[in-house]
Amino acid sequence: MTEGQPFFRLDWVLDNLDQLARRLGEHVLVTVIAVTAGFVISFALALLVRRYPRIYPPILAVSGILYAIPSIALFVLFIPITGLSLLTAEIALVSYTLVILVRNIVTGLRGVPAEVLEAADGMGYSNAQRLWRVELPIALPIIVAGVRIATVTTIGLVTIATLIGMGGLGYLIVNIGVTRRFPTATITGVLTVVLLSTLVDLLLLALQRHLTPWAHARAQGE
Amino acid sequence: MDFLGQVWAWYTDPANWSGRNGIPLHLWEHLSLSVASLLAGLAIALPIGLYIGHTGRGARVAVALSNIGRAVPSLGWLGIAYPISTGLFHRGGIGFLPAFIGLVALAIPPVVTNTYAGLREVDADLREAGRGMGMRELELLARVEVPVALPVILAGIRVSAVAVVATAPLAALVGGGTLGAYILQGLALSDEVRVFAAAVLVALLAILTEISLGWLQRRVVSRGLVGAGDGSLGYDLLTAAEPESAPA
Repeated sequence: MTEGQPFFRLDWVLDNLDQLARRLGEHVLVTVIAVTAGFVISFALALLVRRYPRIYPPILAVSGILYAIPSIALFVLFIPITGLSLLTAEIALVSYTLVILVRNIVTGLRGVPAEVLEAADGMGYSNAQRLWRVELPIALPIIVAGVRIATVTTIGLVTIATLIGMGGLGYLIVNIGVTRRFPTATITGVLTVVLLSTLVDLLLLALQRHLTPWAHARAQGE
Repeated sequence: MDFLGQVWAWYTDPANWSGRNGIPLHLWEHLSLSVASLLAGLAIALPIGLYIGHTGRGARVAVALSNIGRAVPSLGWLGIAYPISTGLFHRGGIGFLPAFIGLVALAIPPVVTNTYAGLREVDADLREAGRGMGMRELELLARVEVPVALPVILAGIRVSAVAVVATAPLAALVGGGTLGAYILQGLALSDEVRVFAAAVLVALLAILTEISLGWLQRRVVSRGLVGAGDGSLGYDLLTAAEPESAPA
């Protein structure tokens, strides 16, 4: 920051709204891919755990170790194999979502009361019918809670992916803000990230209430 | 030479073990920055957490801090810190100071929220028993509440420490050195060997911090509480309240 330059220049933000929108779009895209892919993998793993409970501890252990690796390290560890690509970024981001999503889906499915399962069996539901019509609807609030945490976490982590050339809002924070000593861009980037996570979190919460009206009604009735 | 062979050659190259771009110096920068930031963060966060947890006043502060801590990305703390350090100290926003400010801010929220949560979970009967024994407020805090809440408080410190060690590499962006310097140099020079070798060191350092503080956390459970997991206090102290932490 050069001497005498104002700390925050609103005129710069207004002049660069197109760039802000583009970086926001990149950020959202990378996040959506990561959470979607993470969810598909986690869902498959959770179904495997439902069938073979004994594989749960090793899955938790492996995903837990992945979780402990700093993002700056995990983002670059695969460069020798996959290069500076979207795939490299997504490998890291998806790895981080696994521990959150697998745990929440499994916990949600295991939380279904035994008598409910028995009732479903007694009504002649097949295994798949019981899963889709009984277990998943009951587990949904916990599953969506996991998706919320995974999404907000991913939105934060994507900022660092700018270091391997993925753009996003981290570009404003680092490549313009820090590198060119221009605090306005940094502050704009951080505020947009915080707004984005808050907004997405609220949207997912609304979605969960919409999908499980009974849970909300019961909570109000009590 | 295959890739891992080149990485091994990088680790064993004497040129990487001395001078201003040597592993010893960058490791020292990494550790001293991390320890200083964590200690300063603790000096701010522990009194706040103890006060809120003991009195129950200002609980909203704890909740707000935890929300902010989760929403602001680790990179965001460093990014915001460097103009602040420039504005406050006219130091040009380079080096140790901006990284330090950012990491201190990063270290505070988990410690405040866990200290608060740990103290709040202390059984009301225990507090009353302490008061009944004639303990003054500070005595109650030091001899009853903190020992009971210690695993949860330490879990918060562990989360902070790992986040600080894991985020310290980003200090290289503001000229703060650390092992992150190799990663940035490697990315700029397209030197994959250097990037990879440094990333492994950073990952090992973070995992080592996690494991050693996790071990400490299990070690310091007060002897009076061992076996408390049988439900005598109504909850299992050793598994209580693992913080939901984000990877750093």
